[in-house]
Amino acid sequence: MDLAEVSPTTTLLDWLRLERGLCGTKEGCNEGDCGACTVMVQDTAGLRAMNACILFLPQLHGKAVRTVEGIRADDGGLHPVQQAMVDHHGSQCGFCTPGFIASMATAHANGATDFNDRLAGNLCRCTGYAPIIRAAEAAVKTPAPTWITGDLAAVTAAASDEAAPALPGSSDALAALLEKDPDTRIIAGGTDVGLWVTKQLRDLGPVAFLHRCEDLRQIEVTDDTIRIGAAVTIEELRAVIFAHHPDFAEMLRRFGSAQVRAAATVGGNIANGSPIGDSPPALIALNAKLHLRKGDKRRTIPLEKFFLDYGKQDREPGEFVEAISIPRQPDRLAVYKISKRFDQDISALCGAFNITVEDAKVTDARIAFGGMAGTPKRAHHVEAALIGETWGAEAIAQAWTAWEKDFAPLSDMRASANYRLEVARNLLTRYYLEDLGARTRVLEVQP
Amino acid sequence: MSVSTSLPHDSAVAHVTGDARYIDDIPTPQGCLHLAFGLSECSHGDITAMELAAVRAAEGVVAVLTAEDLPFTNDVSPSVHDEPLLATGKVHYVGQPLFLVVATTHLGARKAARLGQVSYEPLPAILSIDEALAANSRFEEGPRIYAQGDAAAAIKAAPHVLEGTIEMGGQEHFYLESQAALAMPQEGGEMVVHSSSQHPTEIQHKVAEALGLPMHGVRVEVRRMGGGFGGKESQGNALAVACAVAARQTGRACKMRYDRDDDMVITGKRHDFRISYRVGHDDAGRIQGIEFWQYTRCGWAQDLSLAVADRAMLHADNAYFLQDVRIESHRLRTNMQSATAFRGFGGPQGLLGIERVLDHIAHATGQDPTDVRKRNYYAPMGRGAGGLSAPHAATPRPPEGISTKMKGQITPYGQEVTDFILHEMTSSLVNTCNLAGRRAKIAEWNAANPILKRGIALTPVKFGISFTLTHLNQAGALVHVYQDGSVAVNHGGTEMGQGLYRKVGQVAAACLGVSSDAVRLTATDTSKVPNTSATAASSGTDLNGMAVDAACRTIRVRMAEHLARAYGVTPALVLFANGSVRIGDTRIPFAEAAKQCYEARVSLSATGFYKTPDISWDRIKGDGRPFFYFAYGAACSEVVVDTLTGEYRILRTDILHDAGRSLNPAIDLGQIEGGFVQGAGWLTTEELVWDDKGRLRTHAPSTYKIPAASDRPEVFNVALWDADNPERTIHRSKAVGEPPFNLGVSVFLALSDAIAACGSAYPALDAPATPERVLAAIMRVRGDV
Repeated sequence: MDLAEVSPTTTLLDWLRLERGLCGTKEGCNEGDCGACTVMVQDTAGLRAMNACILFLPQLHGKAVRTVEGIRADDGGLHPVQQAMVDHHGSQCGFCTPGFIASMATAHANGATDFNDRLAGNLCRCTGYAPIIRAAEAAVKTPAPTWITGDLAAVTAAASDEAAPALPGSSDALAALLEKDPDTRIIAGGTDVGLWVTKQLRDLGPVAFLHRCEDLRQIEVTDDTIRIGAAVTIEELRAVIFAHHPDFAEMLRRFGSAQVRAAATVGGNIANGSPIGDSPPALIALNAKLHLRKGDKRRTIPLEKFFLDYGKQDREPGEFVEAISIPRQPDRLAVYKISKRFDQDISALCGAFNITVEDAKVTDARIAFGGMAGTPKRAHHVEAALIGETWGAEAIAQAWTAWEKDFAPLSDMRASANYRLEVARNLLTRYYLEDLGARTRVLEVQP
Repeated sequence: MSVSTSLPHDSAVAHVTGDARYIDDIPTPQGCLHLAFGLSECSHGDITAMELAAVRAAEGVVAVLTAEDLPFTNDVSPSVHDEPLLATGKVHYVGQPLFLVVATTHLGARKAARLGQVSYEPLPAILSIDEALAANSRFEEGPRIYAQGDAAAAIKAAPHVLEGTIEMGGQEHFYLESQAALAMPQEGGEMVVHSSSQHPTEIQHKVAEALGLPMHGVRVEVRRMGGGFGGKESQGNALAVACAVAARQTGRACKMRYDRDDDMVITGKRHDFRISYRVGHDDAGRIQGIEFWQYTRCGWAQDLSLAVADRAMLHADNAYFLQDVRIESHRLRTNMQSATAFRGFGGPQGLLGIERVLDHIAHATGQDPTDVRKRNYYAPMGRGAGGLSAPHAATPRPPEGISTKMKGQITPYGQEVTDFILHEMTSSLVNTCNLAGRRAKIAEWNAANPILKRGIALTPVKFGISFTLTHLNQAGALVHVYQDGSVAVNHGGTEMGQGLYRKVGQVAAACLGVSSDAVRLTATDTSKVPNTSATAASSGTDLNGMAVDAACRTIRVRMAEHLARAYGVTPALVLFANGSVRIGDTRIPFAEAAKQCYEARVSLSATGFYKTPDISWDRIKGDGRPFFYFAYGAACSEVVVDTLTGEYRILRTDILHDAGRSLNPAIDLGQIEGGFVQGAGWLTTEELVWDDKGRLRTHAPSTYKIPAASDRPEVFNVALWDADNPERTIHRSKAVGEPPFNLGVSVFLALSDAIAACGSAYPALDAPATPERVLAAIMRVRGDV
């Protein structure tokens, strides 16, 4: 359908509930953390579960949305996941249930069975999840109904529609738009900017959405570089990076829920300059380069140089992040995300270690942290203390005081300064012990 | 028989299809207005100026109300009238409602509410327990004390004495549906209110006060809540009253729902506690005498805090016979959200206090923690004091008898414990979860792994069932049998996800001998059943099930008498079962029986009433029988802890829980699984953080972390201890809402066990055991601090 006279920052959730009277999709938190608003979004790239509360209507250009009302059959018959949820007592108060159904139906259609992860973005306060997981497992054996699988053709037909000016179709068009109006707010996944609207109640002014810029959505893997377009989603990056740096991929799994990963982009996670974004530490440790563009002018800087200070980045008005590139290298990367909860939580600290050891000596070290300073930051002093030393407990002990030179973290609601510093130090020990083959991760322990 | 059957939730299909309506989904009349509060940004102070011109001028704003604009009572307190809907000159916490915006849209109201310019003359804010004690800022004149025997002398005489303190945080309810209400003005000034509330009668009461109406002028309807957990016992009052007042003023329907952040900033949470203890014990870990000091931050208004703090005292014994005991309770007034009811209602805090003591004693004596617990347990049911496992043989053993009313050991508040089944339950769980074998394996693992340590703990629960405010233990019901044989059931309980409607429907179906499909539960409505108690204290099924059963029996007797006459048999030969009625040798469908009774002018509608028998309680003296019975449970949890970061995971939990003769095993298991995970969340990831200005920093799910799917135990075995409640409850079932919440304590003490494996000192872990607190405890145990 075509929508005119609608503010570009109208959320899908408000539109569904207020304009269309489709009240099955619920508002639980209005910030993408609880999943009560989850809907199924289909485009040519596939079927994803997404949070309607922080999804602006223009982000749906050329896509199809299916809400809980459309997950059952037209004749009222239940979808297999709906039937399984009834049979396995998977609902109690029922308020989170439509969102769970949307996530479960998406996983069901995609053949995904890693349910703890698929449902990490759906909070339930009643059941303790056990019956929901049992329901999801039980529904696996029933094939996806035809009314779910038949969507794709319709989406392909609609995707060729002409776009509005806020929907540039290429990075060239975006560059031109930003040159003309440098104050334009760029919205990629909206998982951060969405909250400026739903929580801070801000008027964003002119906006531009990135998802039609196909050239910003590419990942190119060559012999020496992995180049990732700014509008590549976290989920897309995770799929590609797994083969090269599996620990980075595992951290990206915990970066956010399936719904958040399907929306959030690499470029957004960098460009918003957050000190607690999870991808910059890993990318910095991998010696990634940032590609910036303003009009026709392009420049490339080491990613770590982009973050100047808290809330301040090396980005001119009208300039935008075009891509990030990672040099191909042997995998020595470990990424440790420390948070109160494993899934869908913001890091207290996130450390990335990339230490090269040759003939028992440390020959190179790139260590970067989020949550330890006003920006994502490298541990230069620690690196210097390690390089040239024999890799082992003694070198780690020697680096002990270097940590305080690199970091003076804050205390906040996620952790105290002491804890952050203590754990940062200990994570170097963890990295070393993992080199020795020791068991150090609770997520890998079997009952 | 429809009872003891695992039927799905009565709204299960509506839940999964999105058909189930919550307040914000109810179609509203044309011109419905939307409300938002302007909130205090000062934790304690005098309001010196409130400039609201910009609020009034904002787009879509229809009206802005302050305390002066309220026509009648300005109060939303459930207890002592100390909680104005809108602030009157003073503010008492950050987040207190100051003014009310009435606008054409929800978003418009929220935006306008932020445009108020309020100035304050700050007053000293009391934020911590220590500040409150120093200022003697408290509810009630001084501490409440319950005692039996002579604790100080017994501790003095004991071979060993331990002292300690545990801090335990509060908890945000995080019901998925935030607070909401919708008021619709009626002819003659009457008001209909839809509210997401556990307590429709109180909503009715407070709205009537605010509108200057008798209670009959207000009708409150609650079909369901998107979760309550105690958070909707009193905290919905403000929204309902605000809607009603605005609806009265504008003549239009008014709706209010809190945005999640507003909900977390405005509303009360679980009480946080500090519990200090001094305990004397012998070499085997038997408690000789014990003293507790319980301190709780109640927030700015009294709300339900006295009853919460009382219940914490009433669970200071948990499963253990404490002959010489003294419990001192301080209810502190602080400048923060007014802490309120939350599943367990103080019970979990009191219970964690003594479980901590048992853990500490086991560590100090080197005894097996489960053995230490069993040595301190109350005497088994039917054996009375001085039974085989009883730690004390102070009182003579009473004669054996078939009655369960024999002398039991006495709680610190004077109630006999006559139904104690934890000896049997513990033994059973110890075997099924292979506790001994796993303890040995864990010791091996911990010896072999320097970084990751495992721990295990088995903790029992004894939870008292009944409102401690005795008059609340009553319920009413209204049952209609229609001439087609369909049955409509209404009662005073509210549905918040716990499956109350289904369980009560099963009771009605069983009584009338019809299938559960023939019974429909209708929305809780103050015009159908009056003077209801909150659906709280786990009492919903116990009370309302009995009331509905009574109403159904009345109808059944009338039908039987008529049919007996009509068919020439005695009423005793009229039997209701399997959807039909047998009258002597004749069998007719229930629908046919209903039709015949209708045509014979037999009343097919009846009320039912129930009050819990045999209870009495003096909360000042701390003496009586506050509880009709106890519900029991035990859980064994195993965890693994990373000693480098303090991260941890629950590997396995086994639960055996007592729901009496379960009315619906599936629904009861759901309460147990869900309660356990919620309890584990309270003690692990769920951390409320206020800053030094009294601002809640964790006011959204981005910063406040309830358990997610992967946080449940990877292996999770839950079983029912299926045995009759010795007391005459509805079909001999037991209440199951709150007791299983306490099973989460097993996770907390399993963490303590894993931490203890890192060194020799006692972990003295505080709650919530975030990775940071776990790491700090590890360093303590190692002597690194």
